[in-house]
Amino acid sequence: MAHEIVERNRDLSALVLAGIPARGVALAERLAADIEAIAQARVATGVIDVSMHRDDVGMRVSLPVVRASQLPKPLEERTVVIVDDVLFTGRTCRAAMDAIRSFGRPACLQLAALVDRGHRDLPIRADFVGKNLPTARAEQVRVRLAEIDQEPDGVWLFKANE
Amino acid sequence: MGSGFSKQMNSSILRWTRKDLLGLRELSAEEINFVLETADAFKQVGTREVKKVPALLGKTLINLFIEPSTRTRTSFELAAKRLSADIVNISAATSSLTKGETLKDTARVLEANHADIIVLRHSSAGAPQFLASRIGASVINAGDGAHEHPTQGLLDLYTIREKKGRVAGLHIAIIGDILFSRVARSNIFALLKMGARVTLVGPSTLVPREFEQLGVAVSHQLDEVLPTADVVNLLRIQHERQRKEYFPGLGEYIRLFGLTKARAVLLKPDCLIMHPGPINRGVEIDSELADGVQSVILDQVTNGLAVRMAVLYLCAGIATP
Repeated sequence: MAHEIVERNRDLSALVLAGIPARGVALAERLAADIEAIAQARVATGVIDVSMHRDDVGMRVSLPVVRASQLPKPLEERTVVIVDDVLFTGRTCRAAMDAIRSFGRPACLQLAALVDRGHRDLPIRADFVGKNLPTARAEQVRVRLAEIDQEPDGVWLFKANE
Repeated sequence: MGSGFSKQMNSSILRWTRKDLLGLRELSAEEINFVLETADAFKQVGTREVKKVPALLGKTLINLFIEPSTRTRTSFELAAKRLSADIVNISAATSSLTKGETLKDTARVLEANHADIIVLRHSSAGAPQFLASRIGASVINAGDGAHEHPTQGLLDLYTIREKKGRVAGLHIAIIGDILFSRVARSNIFALLKMGARVTLVGPSTLVPREFEQLGVAVSHQLDEVLPTADVVNLLRIQHERQRKEYFPGLGEYIRLFGLTKARAVLLKPDCLIMHPGPINRGVEIDSELADGVQSVILDQVTNGLAVRMAVLYLCAGIATP
């Protein structure tokens, strides 16, 4: 994925890898480290929490904590790569695009997902995908990352009701 | 950005499930922390190019202020607007309560108008609890009598945590009219839960020894408390709540309990000076100190907006039965 990002984006100084908490943030850091190893250039990273921009407010029985978003200023002239662990319905990505808009007007938005499991509700596709994983809609995909979950890296597919 | 991870782990297991915020007494330390962390995210929104988020788009908030207030009402109004909620202000003078309508009927009328959140300020302790148990809308206590003022307690805590990096282990002196102060009560409940040491200071008529049962120290000698305080929170003398005189006169109050320039030399250099406002300059605090380097009085106002955005987002953001 890091190679693809470097290939697509000639000007790495204009790039921002914006992770969606929690695992997208960790993945953005890993991608930044890989890009540094490949291209000897440190790209900017950021955090984009989408909680305030979701379209299901008032529909959930409980709320997780909202993280502070952080993006470099100004965003104009920059390319922001939204980084998430699993791409599913596309609603999180839609919310991330709205959230980024409140920081400014980037030149270009791209999407990187470690796993694309299909079943989109919205006309959204990823620019960079680690692994396409065919799933049934009721199944659950969980990504585990050592720095977040204190267990070995892994992608788990769970059957419904498990 | 890697530094954010350990912080992210803290409360990620916890989720918010309350539709109302009635007081800080019933919140756990974890829940208080949860609100403060959520407020961090909303404080960041104030630095964006577009300072408005669609979190409460389509929700309606009613500011029902049966007792006068400018700063709290304005703060809630701005918070609601930054969350994209629609807002209506109702004050005592313009409400039908002056025509004899009961609080419950007023609230039911508001609910029939599809209000999702009612922010209530009322002169009677317990009014928000009364309302919350009878209607489906979220009820946020914006001050009930001398009982609690939870969002003020939270913004005080947020300001201390922001400036000092922690709350646990700090010594907080709350000075002045404790007996009639809902701000004091909310502060006491929250500070003790977060592991701070609290000393209440004031004349024995306004700071009776009974408060010690809450787990705080009580002192009537300000000069003895100031040297060890990490934060002094000065409360306004609430003339409107005192039916009889609780101290001989303002001159004597200032001499014994006012934070004067002469007395401020006793403070640690990094001691924070806080005041919930409105300030009686020259009574609780000398003008120069209120505007001085130790004062975080205006930070409290700014943080109040972030804390109230967090509270509205959390309480109104969950599904109601």
